Amino acid sequence: MSALETAETKQNLRRIAIDPVTRVEGHGKVTILLDDNNRVHQVRLHIVEFRGFEAFIEGRPFWEVPVVVQRLCGICPVSHHLAAVKAMDHIAGYHSLTPTAEKLRRLMHYGQILQSHAVHFFHLASPDLLLGFDSEPTRRNIVGVAAQFPEIALQGVLLRKYGQEIIRHTSGKRIHGTGAIPGGVNKTLTAAEREELRREIDIMIGWARDAVGLVAQLHATRPDFYDAFGEFPSNMMGLAAPNGALELYDGSLRARDASGAMIFDQVPCSDYDSLLQEEVKPWTYMKFPHIRSLGAEAGWYKVGPLARIQTCDFIPTPLAEEERKKFMAQGGGKPRHGTLLFHWARMIEALHAVETIRDLLDDPDIVGIDLMGEKGERHTEAVGVIEAPRGTLFHHYRVGADDLVSYCNLIVSTTNNNQAMNEAIRSVAKDHLSGHEVTEGLLNHIEVAIRAYDPCLSCATHAIGQMPLQVDLRDASGALVGRRRKNFSGDAA
Amino acid sequence: MSEILAQLMLDGHKIAFEPGQTILQAALAAGVYIPHLCAHPEFEPHGSCKLCTVVVNGRNGSACTIKAMPGQDVLSDTPELNLRRRTLLQMLFAEGNHFCPGCEKSGNCQLQALAYDLEMFDPHFAQFFPAREADGTHPEAFLDFNRCIMCELCVRASRDVDGKNVFALAGRGRDTHIIVNSPSGKLGDSTFSIHDKAGQVCPVGAILPKEVGFVRPIGERLYDHDTIAEVALREDATWREGEK
Repeated sequence: MSALETAETKQNLRRIAIDPVTRVEGHGKVTILLDDNNRVHQVRLHIVEFRGFEAFIEGRPFWEVPVVVQRLCGICPVSHHLAAVKAMDHIAGYHSLTPTAEKLRRLMHYGQILQSHAVHFFHLASPDLLLGFDSEPTRRNIVGVAAQFPEIALQGVLLRKYGQEIIRHTSGKRIHGTGAIPGGVNKTLTAAEREELRREIDIMIGWARDAVGLVAQLHATRPDFYDAFGEFPSNMMGLAAPNGALELYDGSLRARDASGAMIFDQVPCSDYDSLLQEEVKPWTYMKFPHIRSLGAEAGWYKVGPLARIQTCDFIPTPLAEEERKKFMAQGGGKPRHGTLLFHWARMIEALHAVETIRDLLDDPDIVGIDLMGEKGERHTEAVGVIEAPRGTLFHHYRVGADDLVSYCNLIVSTTNNNQAMNEAIRSVAKDHLSGHEVTEGLLNHIEVAIRAYDPCLSCATHAIGQMPLQVDLRDASGALVGRRRKNFSGDAA
Repeated sequence: MSEILAQLMLDGHKIAFEPGQTILQAALAAGVYIPHLCAHPEFEPHGSCKLCTVVVNGRNGSACTIKAMPGQDVLSDTPELNLRRRTLLQMLFAEGNHFCPGCEKSGNCQLQALAYDLEMFDPHFAQFFPAREADGTHPEAFLDFNRCIMCELCVRASRDVDGKNVFALAGRGRDTHIIVNSPSGKLGDSTFSIHDKAGQVCPVGAILPKEVGFVRPIGERLYDHDTIAEVALREDATWREGEK
C-alpha cells in the first residue's frame, strides 16, 4: 500500500471532499484527511458511480456488441467500437481485413484521437494552464479561455470538429456511429468526402504544431514546476509495432520501468490476462490493475500519451517524431514522469494523428470499395486491444454456440491509470497542500493532477458482484432491526 | 335513380375506394398515410395495435378492419387522434425493452420511425423493464423477445403463409408473450427458416437474420431520409402493382 493511501488513525483528522471532480468525464470525488496543522494523512480518488456495463453485454449477440459498447462513453466511443470489433472479427472468423477496411478503421481511430485530445487539452485542461490554477473559478473554463485567448480557443474547437468530421464520414455520425462491423466496415469514403477532408488538412497540421508549441512554451515559463508537479516514478505500458514504432490501432504490448528499461515487449494482446492482474479495494468501484510478475506493490503502471511516447522507440511520422525527440532531450534521455507532461505528450500525439490522417487520405486504398474480408474458421474467445486516447483499452469476450456473449471483461484506460492517478494526487497533496491553509485554488491543484490523465470515470467501473453494499432493515420507528453487508470481494456477512 | 359513388371523406377530402377495401387500404391507395403497426397488406387485418384508430361518423374504430363505405366521414390526422397514437406508442416503449441506441434495427424499425413521425420525445410512462430472454439457438435467426410488440405478424405469417405455426401468443394481460412451437420452446428446435415469411415481416427488431446487423450504414437505412408515411405509401403501391 502506498504512502497516504490510508491514514494510520482517523482520530482527530478532518475530512475535505472535492465532490465532484470537475472538467472530467464521469463522476468521481477526492477525499483528503488532514490534522489540525493541515498536514495531509490520507488522499484517495474515489469513483462513485457504478456502470456494470459488462453485465449488459452478456447475453447479447456478438455483432451487436461493437455498437452497444460505444454507449459507455460520449467522448471516445470510437475506441470501444474498434476494440470490440477487433475481438469480434476473430469471433466471426475474419482473420484479416481488406486494405481499405483497415485503413478506414485507422482513419476513424486517428480522427478520434485528434478530437478527444483536442477536447481534453483545449476545453478541459487549458483553463488551468492558461488562466492559472488558482484563477477566478467562475472564469476558469473554456469560455474564460475564449475571452482571453480567442484564437487558441477557436483552434481547439475547430481541431476537435475536424476529428469529429472524420468520424462522421467513416461511421455515419459524429458520435455513436456504426462504421466497423465484424469482418470490415459498412461504409466507403467517397471521393467527395476525401476531398472535403483534404482541403483543411494542412491548416490542421499547422494548428496541431502550434498546440505542441503552446505546451512547450508554457513549460518553459516554469520548467521546474511543470516537471515536479505530481511527479512520481512508475512503469509505463502501451502498444508498439514490431519495429518499436508508436502504434495506436493494432500492435503488441510493451512495458518499460521508470528508468526506461524494458519489462516486456512484443507480447500478443491475447495474452494480457497472464500479464496483468486486477485488484479490488473497498473504497472505490474502480479496480487496480498491475503487472502480475511484479506484484501489486511494484507492478502498477501508467498508460496514455506520456507512457506511450516514452514506451515506443519512435513515432512514425516526421513532425511528431521531431517533437518527441525535443521532449525526450529535456529529460536527458531518461523517461519523464511529471504529471503535467501528459499534456505535452498528448499534443505530440495529436500532431501524429493529423499527420497520419493526411497520409491515409493520400492513400488510394482509402476510397476503395472492397470492405469485407474473407471469412474463415470461427472462434469462441477473442481479445481486442487498442490505444484509446487515454491509454490501453482491453476488450475480452467469449461467445457461445448460440452467438450470444457469455463473458465480457473490459479494462479501460482510466482503470489502467487508477493507481497512477492516486499517486499523482498524493504527490500534489504532499507538495502543495500539506501544512497550508486549504483554499479553493489549492484544492484545484488536486483536480489539475487528475485532469492531466484525462480520465473517463464512467467507462471505468464494471466490477459487478464485487461492489461493497450494506442493507439496513429498520422498523417503523426507524430502529435498526437487521443489517446485511457484502464486502468488496463479494462475500456476504 | 342516381348511382352511389364509391367515395368517402377522409380529413375533409374525397377519396375513392374499391368495394371490399378497408378504410386503411383505401387511404393508402389514395396516397394518404394512416399510422399503423400490426397491419400488413399481405395479411388479414388484426386490429390489435390500435394505432390506426380513426373517427368514422363520430365513432372510434380501427381503419384496418372497418370496410370503406359511401357516406363515411373519417377523421384521422387530427391533434386529438395523434396525441392518442403517441400515448399508445409510449405504452409500447414502456412495456418492452426498446433500446434504440444499440439496436441493429435502428433506422429500419417501424416502431422507431413512427415514434419520430408522431413526435414522441420521451416514454412518459415508467418503464416496465420486463425480464425477457434472447434466443440465439437458431443457426440463421436471432429472436429477441425484448423488442416484441405482440403485433402477431409472425404468428399470421407462419400460420397462413408458411403453414408451420412456429409462433403463438401465450399468457394474458401484461404477461402476454410470444412463444415458439418446439419441444424445448427454443427457435433452434423449431421448423423455422429465416427464409420463411415469418422471418421477413417483423416490424421491429424481434426476429432478425444473424450476423448482418449494422451492415447498412447510417445514411442508407430505410428511414434515414424518408418518413414512415413515404415508405409505407411506396411499399403499398409496389404491393398493389404486384397484385395486378
